[in-house]
Amino acid sequence: MKILVCITHVPDTTSRISFTNGDTEFDKSGVQYIIGPYDDYALARAVELKEQSGGSITVLNVGTAETEPTIRKALAIGADEAIRINAEPTDSLFVASEIANVAKDAGYDLILMGRESIDFNGGMVHGMVGELLGLPSVSPVMTLDIEGDTAKMTREIEGGKETIEVKLPFVAGCQEPIAEWKIPNMRGIMSARTKPLNVVEPSAGASATKLEKFEMPPAKGDVKMIDADNVEELVNLLKNEAKVI
Amino acid sequence: MSILVFVENADGQVKKTSLEAVAYAAAISEDVTALAMGNNIDQSELEGLGKYGATKVLHADDEKLNQGIIQAYATVISKAMESTGADILVLANSSLGAPVSARVAIKNDASLVSNVVALPDTSAGFKVKRSIYTGKAFANVELTKDKKILAIKKNAAEVKETGGAATVEKFAADLSDSEFDAKITNTDKATGEVLLPEAEIVVSGGRGLKGPENWGMIEELAKELGAATGCSKPVSDMEWRPHHEHVGQTGVKVSPQLYIAIGISGAIQHLAGVNSSKNIVVINKDPEAPFFKAADYGIVGDAFEVVPKLTEAIRAAK
Repeated sequence: MKILVCITHVPDTTSRISFTNGDTEFDKSGVQYIIGPYDDYALARAVELKEQSGGSITVLNVGTAETEPTIRKALAIGADEAIRINAEPTDSLFVASEIANVAKDAGYDLILMGRESIDFNGGMVHGMVGELLGLPSVSPVMTLDIEGDTAKMTREIEGGKETIEVKLPFVAGCQEPIAEWKIPNMRGIMSARTKPLNVVEPSAGASATKLEKFEMPPAKGDVKMIDADNVEELVNLLKNEAKVI
Repeated sequence: MSILVFVENADGQVKKTSLEAVAYAAAISEDVTALAMGNNIDQSELEGLGKYGATKVLHADDEKLNQGIIQAYATVISKAMESTGADILVLANSSLGAPVSARVAIKNDASLVSNVVALPDTSAGFKVKRSIYTGKAFANVELTKDKKILAIKKNAAEVKETGGAATVEKFAADLSDSEFDAKITNTDKATGEVLLPEAEIVVSGGRGLKGPENWGMIEELAKELGAATGCSKPVSDMEWRPHHEHVGQTGVKVSPQLYIAIGISGAIQHLAGVNSSKNIVVINKDPEAPFFKAADYGIVGDAFEVVPKLTEAIRAAK
């Protein structure tokens, strides 16, 4: 089975979010970058599927050279080769167009990615790639098994889940608990250094949106502490101050 | 400005998030058409959309559309956009609306923005504010294509009754079998409960509850408040509670009016799932729990003593 896993290069969850250059750019100073957590799940499931039935895993990222350590980590986890589309991503359409352009004639059986990135939280790329390639797309996928040419999966819905079957190839946006996260071992880290990482120039992918400015939410006030023996005071505040009960 | 709103239903009842989408559209334009799918939705529900600002309702009443097949829904919505001449599609940023909107955007060469939290600014171009970094920041974004799609974040738009009336028309989608390549073979859905992603109030428990056998008091408090129940990641990992109750960055992200966290220390991944909540109450016996920094109201105390008293106080205050 030939699997493409698309990963994002995103600030670590614990990063302090701030902006620079007149609030038009994310302030990267001191920020640690990681594989998007949802993408990590997609990659982990791809590795498990390969272990079960063989095949190959290509990992793809749309990003500048600074994303290469993140891509190498994906190789260390178990991808066989990598493609970096050499461009600063601008929006979901741009990223989806670049992925579709790479995937269109490559014959992937499965195109996996996270349900969304944890920076822009768009959650749109898998559906766009599916539509661009004329393939079914399913998201958010919680479990995924392959039987012959059929994928059997569960998809999270509000307050429950659906069981879905679809013929390969298709596109999935993944989330937990689809697989156990994989931590690269020393052998993986060493082998990742020599695995191919192909840099491809972007096609003329267009954007459909333009970022104007970032904005931080208003600062939060101090917490009001209430004595544990006076829960009536909390009820009073929720009723008359916050007006939520 | 002609707007189409995709309206989702659960067991024949229009979802609150879709009413929010209709109300959002009605705040932008008087020309709002709602589109509903499936043959399991009552005529009264469809007509009722007029109260929230829809002037017309299109009903694609094909039985095959009772299930949320993403490709099929995207095709029906695109056909409805074409037939109504809609410039804008508005829908809920839900587990169905989000993936559907992505396919509609490609079909219609439209600009798409998800997690929209405010009405558009049309003074120069068409700009919207969207939530990013899991609620920790916002981005103001211009939609540059002629057609525009806005996926509205849950609880970001106020549902207001305007008292209008809507006419209901059948909408023939004429779908081919290829639209149903993905087949839903089973749906396993909690019934009779307040759904977590749509809840106005959420009561969540963490490891401080010590075990699944102690969840009765969480459920009792939630019942008293008409709230949904949630939990932290370790709790769902240990299978004390089902995965669909896991609130956090990799679980369900909620934005209720009130979030009550009990026995949850407030790991950053959990905070990422709740920081859009309007009000946060934290109950924890550890005064150093980081969650207190994100809270509006806090009680340092033993959950097993505080929660039953709180439930009783809420009951008494009704």
